[in-house]
Amino acid sequence: MRFCREVSSSCETRGLTVDIDRDLLLLMLRRMWMIRNFELKVMEVHSAGEFTGAAHPYIGEEAVAVGACAALEDTDYIAGNHRSHGHPIAKGGRVDKAMAELYGRVDGYCKGKGGSMHLADYSIGILGESGILGSSVPVAVGAALAAHIKGENFVSLAFFGDGASNQGALHESMNLASVWNLPMIFLCENNQYAVTTSYAETVAVEHVSDRASAYNMPGILVDGQDVIAMYEATAEAVKRARSGQGPTLIEGLTYRYEEHSLGLGRVRRGEYRTEEEIESWRKRDPLTILEGTLISQGMATREECDAINAETVDEVEKATEFARNSPFPKPEELFDDMWANPIPFP
Amino acid sequence: MAQTVFVEAINQAISEEMARDENVFIMGEDIRRAVYGATQDLLNDYGEKRVLDTPLSENGFFGAAIGASLVGMRPIVETLTSFMWVGMDQLISQAAKMRYMFGGQATLPVVFRATMFYGGGAAAHHSDRSYPMFMNMPGIKIVVPSNPADMKGLLKAAVRDDDPTIVFEDGTLFGMRGDVPDNADLPQGELVVPFGEAKIVREGTDVTVVGIGGAVNIAAAVADQLATEGISVEVIDPRTLVPFDKKTVLDSVEKTGRLVIADPAHKVCSAASEIASIVAEEGFWSLQAPIQKVASEQVHIPFSPALEKLVYPDFAKITAGVKRTLES
Repeated sequence: MRFCREVSSSCETRGLTVDIDRDLLLLMLRRMWMIRNFELKVMEVHSAGEFTGAAHPYIGEEAVAVGACAALEDTDYIAGNHRSHGHPIAKGGRVDKAMAELYGRVDGYCKGKGGSMHLADYSIGILGESGILGSSVPVAVGAALAAHIKGENFVSLAFFGDGASNQGALHESMNLASVWNLPMIFLCENNQYAVTTSYAETVAVEHVSDRASAYNMPGILVDGQDVIAMYEATAEAVKRARSGQGPTLIEGLTYRYEEHSLGLGRVRRGEYRTEEEIESWRKRDPLTILEGTLISQGMATREECDAINAETVDEVEKATEFARNSPFPKPEELFDDMWANPIPFP
Repeated sequence: MAQTVFVEAINQAISEEMARDENVFIMGEDIRRAVYGATQDLLNDYGEKRVLDTPLSENGFFGAAIGASLVGMRPIVETLTSFMWVGMDQLISQAAKMRYMFGGQATLPVVFRATMFYGGGAAAHHSDRSYPMFMNMPGIKIVVPSNPADMKGLLKAAVRDDDPTIVFEDGTLFGMRGDVPDNADLPQGELVVPFGEAKIVREGTDVTVVGIGGAVNIAAAVADQLATEGISVEVIDPRTLVPFDKKTVLDSVEKTGRLVIADPAHKVCSAASEIASIVAEEGFWSLQAPIQKVASEQVHIPFSPALEKLVYPDFAKITAGVKRTLES
């Protein structure tokens, strides 16, 4: 049985094939460290019992969301899934409001109503993370439809996993976006496993990106550990979308280092994947790859990279304090935000 | 005042709202050629971008309507109740829950027009009256018009409302004629019926009958017949089930002491069940007889006309329900 894709080792350090602004590269590094350190902190405080419920660490997959979102503007839209902390941070969301939401506090992004799996920031185009997998993809298509109807220039991007690539919602969405020629990017984070079930056992084609041909759109397979490759591929798809050339399916091959969810400790990883496999992916850590490129290309020093890491550790610490100090919602807030045009409660 | 057919009232409402607000658009299956009649001439008047024929992909295009509503559009989706099952994840996981789950950030002014084609030999897959299932789910406003004027005015209100709304259009009424005021005769210049205001269709003093959708008109006919027998029936049309105007119903029951609910939905956990429970909880001391639920039998809709006619609340069943409340 094939457990996971072959790992390419061609680009531990890479030459830049496109002209990317140094500031953008450093911003991507910062956001990747922010996600990494945010998730490490979440694991620490969750195991200490500071908040309850599920949380799905994005560690190992940082380059996918950060590279993709770096190709978007604040006026573009994204929607995501249960593994939900990386997407908003990648799009420039606030870690303090994200952490406070995980803690169920009023200063959280959703005033404590959503929690870990439902972060959203409508001020910068984050339409929200869906705990039902594949379910946010048609919603993202709707944002692209609005751009199409109104003749506006924004694009929409939906994150989904290899598991959700089997959902009918995804296939219906790709067909809709294609027949209507919508400014849409379907971004598959193929982290190899749906909880414990390997992608190779559940997906009928070699690559999720192969599915694009059924919907008459480009399907691009990308090294998801390489943030620059993710950026390039997404920027190209955004260019196509903005110029009226329709949707693109991008598959970033990546890997989830941690288990599916915090609090799901009864599943031993050895039962479905090997330590060797995990180690082989850790050797291609997205942060190591980007820092290697930056340093070898003379665009940043080791010290500068370490300083960015340290700054994000500090920011995550402050965010955690912010969350801890934020009050829980009051009982009367139970009924807030049900309706835009309120009606009596039965 | 013009006599207007129910389906024309739908068309008028959509067309007027599309003319009023360029963010309003409509999507659904075979709407450009208006196979059900409600979207007649819209393609010609508003163009391809605002009148979208969709693939058979309810889960996809329901979601697309929801997503478009999040970013400033006001979509109207035409569908049938029976196809809503295919798109339930979008209706429940997204439309109903997004605003609350995201702490009020999401606003979803999306309307689903769901036609209920029951009573015409359409069999079990095409005869659903599913509004009670959505009443159980917070986050969706529910409209069930019973005549052309309310159909027009409530649909216009639904388009303007900022929350997700399902308008359950009773297919048994599509050919119904009724008075719909001309806009020029209205002080506001148009017909918009607010949500949450029940209408007293017949005034009476002996028994209250609350009707839902097409059952309102049958209840009114029952009231007219029983009036000749000296029984005074008050008929109430809630018009919207979410929000529900319980005051009008409770006030009526306080006056009559007797309640019958005529509901084309299946009787278990029906709209009738909820209305009965409201009156049992809040109007118990007004009651002089047990509440009567006259709703559809708890079977699937059979094809054979000989069997189908046995399922729904009809003139005889509603009459019998009223008379049962007068036995004690």
